[in-house]
Amino acid sequence: MSARTRQSFSELSARERARALLDPGTFRELLGPFERLKSPWLPLQDIVAQADDGVVVARGTLDRESAVAAAIEGAYQGGSIGEVSGAKIAGALELALRDCERGRPVRPLLLLETGGVRLQEANLGLAAIAEIHAAIIALRRHVPVVGVIAGLVGCFGGMSLAAALCSHLIITRQARLGMNGPEVIEQEAGIAELDATDGTDIWSLMGGEQRYATGLADALVEDDVAAIAVAVRNAFRSATAPRSEQVEEFGRRLAAIDAQAPPSPAQLRTLWARARRP
Amino acid sequence: MSAAPGAAARSGAGERWFEALTGQAGLRPAGPRSVRVADAPLGGERARFIAVVPDGGNRFPRARCGEVGLDEAWALAREVRRVMAEDLDQPRRALIALVDVTSQAYGRREELLGIHLAGAAAADAYASARLAGHPVIALLIGKAMSGAFLTHGYQANRILALDSPEVQVHAMSKESAARVTRRSVEALEELGERIVPMAYDVRSFARLGLVHRLIEGVNAATPAATDVERVRGELLAAVTDARGAARDLSSRLTSAAAAQLRRASIEVRRRLTEQWDAR
Repeated sequence: MSARTRQSFSELSARERARALLDPGTFRELLGPFERLKSPWLPLQDIVAQADDGVVVARGTLDRESAVAAAIEGAYQGGSIGEVSGAKIAGALELALRDCERGRPVRPLLLLETGGVRLQEANLGLAAIAEIHAAIIALRRHVPVVGVIAGLVGCFGGMSLAAALCSHLIITRQARLGMNGPEVIEQEAGIAELDATDGTDIWSLMGGEQRYATGLADALVEDDVAAIAVAVRNAFRSATAPRSEQVEEFGRRLAAIDAQAPPSPAQLRTLWARARRP
Repeated sequence: MSAAPGAAARSGAGERWFEALTGQAGLRPAGPRSVRVADAPLGGERARFIAVVPDGGNRFPRARCGEVGLDEAWALAREVRRVMAEDLDQPRRALIALVDVTSQAYGRREELLGIHLAGAAAADAYASARLAGHPVIALLIGKAMSGAFLTHGYQANRILALDSPEVQVHAMSKESAARVTRRSVEALEELGERIVPMAYDVRSFARLGLVHRLIEGVNAATPAATDVERVRGELLAAVTDARGAARDLSSRLTSAAAAQLRRASIEVRRRLTEQWDAR
């Protein structure tokens, strides 16, 4: 692909991302901003609630197969999951599951850009994330669930578990994937454990390239709409056993690690490189 | 707290309740000391009890105070899947997750080695067991925090909780949330009184419709024999209830409490269903 024709995916809004990946002309948003389904909890804390609560759900097709995309808006509240945004994702996956069970497969696509639970809605965000996990696990028995992590927000907290539950995970170099954000680790464990301002170190630990090289993501793609669109379609064709079911294999890998003298990120690439998918 | 984060959370409730309910220590020869597993009678059947407990000698330093770390999460996944494999051709045993987990482990090694995948594998195992027909019951006896709760307990068919001040549920421990949001612990507590999902106490959590049974009048920290018997009865009732019901998490949205405080969760699903198929 020539540089001229490249179009950044990560600079797109959630709505534009979903539209860009679904087959041309098939994007149909559900619960759009005019529905005004906002967070009931943010205004109580003097925070302006956005009309779509930062998640766009859209029906459409992928390779002419029925599909649903749920895209998180990283620019709104850090892509955090509140009651409404979480229910939109979980509800969409639950309906896809219902259709799959009725013999009408729906391809689920998650466009992740999130710091995890929205602390202002704490327990309802966490509850929604548990429901998202449940839906991915149930749905995955019928159809691959494909996740994309593209932008600078990355994917953290409970939603990093959702990413790890996907059948197929697509990631870019600038994206990060981790359970705990660097700031929280520094705060909890001290700067000697992790310096949240050291970008090079952080990307070496949890950046997209490292996650791909150590077998924790399935495809490493350029931040380019066309490249991601191709990777998504390929993902639905290549059905493999989900990583989170490979308990024996990953258990063995972890048991072989010396916790007192853990490998460097570069050494881990060598140790875990071979069996990208066990 | 800053000197030894999490140290205050070493309540030991997990160990005490595990031993009280199973009469065993539950150590696995090849497993971490922090994950306890044993079968014990429950009514006319046997159930498998699983707890995560503090292990001061944990090989991962960031998981020494009752956190769910890498070894804990993978051990949970392995143990739950073991039960599924053992019961493939026989009645599905109930799984009882005793929940007193202060947080997921926060650390550099944890991120490098993919604690997000470890947590996902444990959640996956519990949910898969539930879908395979194992009644999965979570009993909250202490802290049920954030990623640790997602990993151990939140995929249960039914969540039971002791009605006790020691039982707390949240997306982030009070001390961490205070640091991250630059609020005082007192300010957070005040906020929780006004905004129910922000609260830490289990009664507020139950108001969200997420708790199947709130068990009153039981001493969480030091259970007496009568407490243990009452809890055993509640566990059995929940297992029976789960066996006769859907294997998904839909019961969390159908209670009277959910109709009040999870109105938006219900409304989103109602409208999504309406708009799902193009008209």
